[in-house]
Amino acid sequence: MTTILDPTDERVPVERQITARTGDISGIVGLLDIHKPRGNILLDELEILLATRYPKVELRRYTKPTFAKPCPSDLRLQIRSECDYLVEALAD
Amino acid sequence: MSAAPSGFSLTDQNGQTRSFPTGRPSLIAFLKEDCNTCNLVAPILEAFHRAWGDQADIWVLGQSKDGNQILQDRHGLTLPVLDDSALKTSFAWGFEIVPAVYWLDAEGQGGPCVEGFVRTEWQALAEQIGKALQAPDSGMAWADLPDWRPGCGSKHLDPEIHDRLLAEADNSPIRARRIEIASGDDLDEFMFDQGFSDGLPLVPPTPERVLRMLSGTKRGSQEIVAVVPPNMAPATVEKVAINAVMAGCRPEYLPVVIAALEAVCTDEFNMHGVTATTMGASPVLVINGPIREKLGMNMKLGALGPDNRANATIGRALRLIIRNVGGARPGGVDRSTLSTPMKFTMCFPEWEEGSPWEPLHVERGFAPSDSVVTAFAMTSGPVQIVDQESRQPDQIAGTLGLGLEGMFLSKIHRMPVDALLVVCPEHVKTLLSDGPYSKARLRDRIQEVTRRPLRDMVANEISGAGIPLASAAKMTEAQLDMLVPKFSSDQHIHIVVAGSEAGKFSAAFHGWVTGPAGSVSVSRKIEC
Repeated sequence: MTTILDPTDERVPVERQITARTGDISGIVGLLDIHKPRGNILLDELEILLATRYPKVELRRYTKPTFAKPCPSDLRLQIRSECDYLVEALAD
Repeated sequence: MSAAPSGFSLTDQNGQTRSFPTGRPSLIAFLKEDCNTCNLVAPILEAFHRAWGDQADIWVLGQSKDGNQILQDRHGLTLPVLDDSALKTSFAWGFEIVPAVYWLDAEGQGGPCVEGFVRTEWQALAEQIGKALQAPDSGMAWADLPDWRPGCGSKHLDPEIHDRLLAEADNSPIRARRIEIASGDDLDEFMFDQGFSDGLPLVPPTPERVLRMLSGTKRGSQEIVAVVPPNMAPATVEKVAINAVMAGCRPEYLPVVIAALEAVCTDEFNMHGVTATTMGASPVLVINGPIREKLGMNMKLGALGPDNRANATIGRALRLIIRNVGGARPGGVDRSTLSTPMKFTMCFPEWEEGSPWEPLHVERGFAPSDSVVTAFAMTSGPVQIVDQESRQPDQIAGTLGLGLEGMFLSKIHRMPVDALLVVCPEHVKTLLSDGPYSKARLRDRIQEVTRRPLRDMVANEISGAGIPLASAAKMTEAQLDMLVPKFSSDQHIHIVVAGSEAGKFSAAFHGWVTGPAGSVSVSRKIEC
């Protein structure tokens, strides 16, 4: 028998369930630009499509200060308190 | 030197559990079978037991199971021989030499400990016991015994055993989860299977090894060194030590690993972004100050390569902490397209003594006598810069500039990105051939020789990178003719000296996104 010590942080990840899909979108949808080049263009197009298809949905735009760092806590909290859904544009 | 006797429950040769204190006066003797002096005193203890056993508990605590049986058989012992083969009671009582004998009252108080065999001491002990019990003499023929015999080192002080006992003790600094691996299992394969490895074999982080690693720092094992991205997991000194063991570090490297972790886990360095970027970035650690010599680091021939334990394992330990504690795994938060071998390890000391300039850490505000680690976020390197022909200082400086021009893409200039230039000693010698040549002059020369017209940066049929055609169309001819250097500021050019005294080969590391939106190099003093 050999004993070794756990090199990890020993935390058990929180299991989260995917929100139930209703087949419809309502309320407020956030569109988050992570500040990578052309992310705004993707979100502009998406905004047009969503506004056409779901005219009653309110769309709000958000932008991370830099794509190179995690989203600031304040912005995360703001989005969570204001939005029912969030679309994040990752790509260049 | 003995610690205070403490309570215990151990099993004797008949399987009976015996607990101390016993509620009666007791004589507790620690023996080990392969010690000649222990064998000398075993019959004396048996005589004591026969004389006073109805009034006091005369117990032997033997330090090995098989040895206890041999002691009993060899000396015809009838007194209780308790099994302390786990050595926990020996460790707790804290003596150094066996035989170690304690005369204690009904509450378990008393002493002091008698170690080894000095006849007059044992005689005095016998008199003390007889007097305390108001009992007749033990009848020992003391004159037949030698005046003095040295004892042996107690088994619990064997280095391997002592470290294990220390790790298992109630006040042990070890708090990490213990993982038990069956003797039939392959330990190395187990660690690979658990995902603890960077792809290379690991040193098993046994409690004994981690304890020895912790001796490399004065910091408490449960102090938080840093909160490690991307999982924002707190890394205690103990967790740092565990990963340092796995990386192959010696205990004296631990303060460097701690300082390096503190440096990269700052908002400025942005380890999350450095980990996550598709570009594939890695910390590059530069070590300055007296600790370079103390650890025997390699700053000369092959300084950026393999074979020096400190260079190799300090960088690897940092990587293991980031992946094991912080959770940075390729395919998880680490999204590097190609990644870089620097992620295995990249740590080297500056050869300050071979440099005509202020060492990196002094340039950054530390005292020359400070030991300092500086972390840079780099995506490429070391990229060789070869010039065996230039004999003029400005020629070599020019070569170093042209060597840096390829950073990211040679056509892209005015870059707000750091580079770390490692100048080799022969190039230094040429730079100094006409007298002093400052770092500032070298930086100026690099900027001077890399000046190119903006029109060279415009996207074209060879490369679509650079200034978009639409933007270029809005620029005047004069603007397009404007000369711009490789770096937006000469402060992006960091310079150190390292390498062999033979060979005209310098090297450069190329940065990542430099600045508050990306990563800023960070220095931390190493607290030895």
